[in-house]
Amino acid sequence: MTFRMKMLLPVICGLMLLAVSGCGSPVKPVDQIEVWHWMTDRHDVLEQLAKQYEQETGIKVKLELFAPSDAYTQKIIAAAQANVLPDIYGILDKKSIVAAFIKAGFVMDLTPAYQANNGAWEQSLFAKALETTRFAEGNASKVPPGFYGVPIDTSSIQMVYNKNLLKKAGIAKPPATFDEFILDIEALRRVGVTPFVSGFGEMWLLDCFASNYAFNIMGEQKVMQTLRGEVPYTDPDWIKVLTIFKTLRDKKAFIEGIVTKGNKYSEQDFALERAAFSFNGWWCVNVYKGMNPGLSYGVVPLPAMASPFPLKSWGGAGSWFVVNNTSRNKDKAVRFLQWLTAKEQQVFLSEKTLNLPANREAIRMIPPVLGDFAKAMDNMTHPTIWPVNEDPLVIEAFDKGLQAIIIGEKSPESVAQDVQAVKARQMAKAKK
Amino acid sequence: MGAHAQIRALKIPNADIYKNFLFVLPAVVIFLLFYIYPFFQLFYVSLHEWPGIGPMTFVGLQNFKDLAGDQIWWASIGHAGYITLIALTFQNALAFALALACDREIRMKRFYRVIFFIPPVLSEVVVGILWNWVLNAGQQNGQQIGLLNAFLVQAGLPNLVHGWLSDPKTALTCIAVVHAWKGFGWGFMLLLAGLQTIDRQLYEAARVDGASSWRMFWNVTVPMMFPVITVVMILTILGSMQVFVLILSLVNQGLVYHTEVPVTRILGAMSGTNQFGYACAQAVIFGAILLTVSFLVKKLSGFGKQA
Repeated sequence: MTFRMKMLLPVICGLMLLAVSGCGSPVKPVDQIEVWHWMTDRHDVLEQLAKQYEQETGIKVKLELFAPSDAYTQKIIAAAQANVLPDIYGILDKKSIVAAFIKAGFVMDLTPAYQANNGAWEQSLFAKALETTRFAEGNASKVPPGFYGVPIDTSSIQMVYNKNLLKKAGIAKPPATFDEFILDIEALRRVGVTPFVSGFGEMWLLDCFASNYAFNIMGEQKVMQTLRGEVPYTDPDWIKVLTIFKTLRDKKAFIEGIVTKGNKYSEQDFALERAAFSFNGWWCVNVYKGMNPGLSYGVVPLPAMASPFPLKSWGGAGSWFVVNNTSRNKDKAVRFLQWLTAKEQQVFLSEKTLNLPANREAIRMIPPVLGDFAKAMDNMTHPTIWPVNEDPLVIEAFDKGLQAIIIGEKSPESVAQDVQAVKARQMAKAKK
Repeated sequence: MGAHAQIRALKIPNADIYKNFLFVLPAVVIFLLFYIYPFFQLFYVSLHEWPGIGPMTFVGLQNFKDLAGDQIWWASIGHAGYITLIALTFQNALAFALALACDREIRMKRFYRVIFFIPPVLSEVVVGILWNWVLNAGQQNGQQIGLLNAFLVQAGLPNLVHGWLSDPKTALTCIAVVHAWKGFGWGFMLLLAGLQTIDRQLYEAARVDGASSWRMFWNVTVPMMFPVITVVMILTILGSMQVFVLILSLVNQGLVYHTEVPVTRILGAMSGTNQFGYACAQAVIFGAILLTVSFLVKKLSGFGKQA
């Protein structure tokens, strides 16, 4: 071997070793907390809070933004597979996936932290928001009971209405019942106003709309019985839920192209006064402010059907973080999250980003329109707090079926049969 | 004679052989790590049921069996095939025609080259947003809000006004046309580069022999361009069969199942329904289909060239 060769060999081997070692878990500084998030609208404000935290405690908070949320979800799953998760992160996925993260040892049980000091931290936050992060005793995922996350805001999805367009159609107040809603749709059509827009091209929004009415028509117990497979989707109550979409289509309530419309486009339509009603989440306050600051609108719950059961809307926890249980900095991470959810920081976040705070006391200091979104907090529900969740393939069949009803391709009865067929298949598969 | 014996016959010193292997080693390691290993991992996962995290459950070929009976999956292959067909015909014919035009001595041909190359360099998300403005449907104060529909009204064709992206009859064709609009620039550049390599003397000789322009096109241009046309066809097939960002940008999560293509199904199985094993089985089958189609095109183009 020549001298040059002898010199080259260790260099090449060293480089390869370096490349291979680069594939392992990086060593993180002890006085630095790493946070991965997906909230493009809150990044700058979170950066400001991170700087403030560093000034107050000397601990640096390194924020990494990965967006959109779909890409973030993939990033988190890939990082978990490679065991390179940061100290604080979010799991924007179904509760079954959260459970998988917990079982894999990637999520810290925060129950002791919440219950310390006579439960001061737990009591400072909205119970509905906290509920999303909780696994109850005897949960279906067989996760040890406890709180596994920290909500940094709350969520609420309601119906917004354009005050000027309602006035143009001679409608004095927004509808409280579904029958009133139909009358309003007819009145709006008479004056050439498109009644309703929503981002039904995004399946979760369609699912959310249908789910609210399912709770209203048959009650929570029967919805859960359906998810467990004890009530079929061909049940008359489910046909009623599906028929709502047929009724709205027949009454020409929907803006043209609603089935493929993304929520960003639906927000644009509402902000530009192309439709009188929209089904949207609390974040729209920020969006409408940016698109049309002069927009005159209000917030109401979806108009309920006549039924003994209340209409429940999706809401509770908005964005929530978990602490990486494998992190060396997990205690520091918990202290940072406690600081972030304290009243002062929550008011700051809410004022700057127009999000609903998770802290109870902060809610009194937020803009009125956000307050309207928060009013329904006690009547919120969300799949993440249900004791049982539907199989994702059944959800897909259900949502695609709703689209088929809206475009007039299928009847509610036919969609119900299709969904039930998928449900039966998945249940048979689960039994094997 | 084996490779090792051949090297021995060349009398290359052992040290040089090892040195050469050492220089190749990083590339081989990278290739094994980032190409070969993921491929085997993909196949391995396709034999399991796995939600993306936690333990995998071995299910053998069950995912492939399920896939064989998955009508939505096969329909999605058909949709991708339709988009590919439009690209192979409309898109490539347009690209070839424009390349032929720009290969001649015409005014402002450099300007045209730049213009024709703008759509391919745009992000598919941007193209989707752009065409959403064009294909949007609905009215405000009696006026159409979509450019195409507004144009149709202005042109006295209000009966053609349509929800282009929300009607199963038109949604996939609209996607295919937008994809062709975005993609024709690549074919244009490759074909133009190919045209410019054809020896001009061939045309002059043909002209001296009294050949018409049409005859020169068929007997000189097309045969000389066969290798480039084959490359363009294979790239078009691979690019069109894998289209999905444009679809997400135009119709979000799809119009029922009418705009599903294989990649949206794979993506849906992974992030929508958390069936990573099934998604990998889809990816394996889809990869095999793409390989087979590319191989067939290569073979057929070989026959065409001989003919």
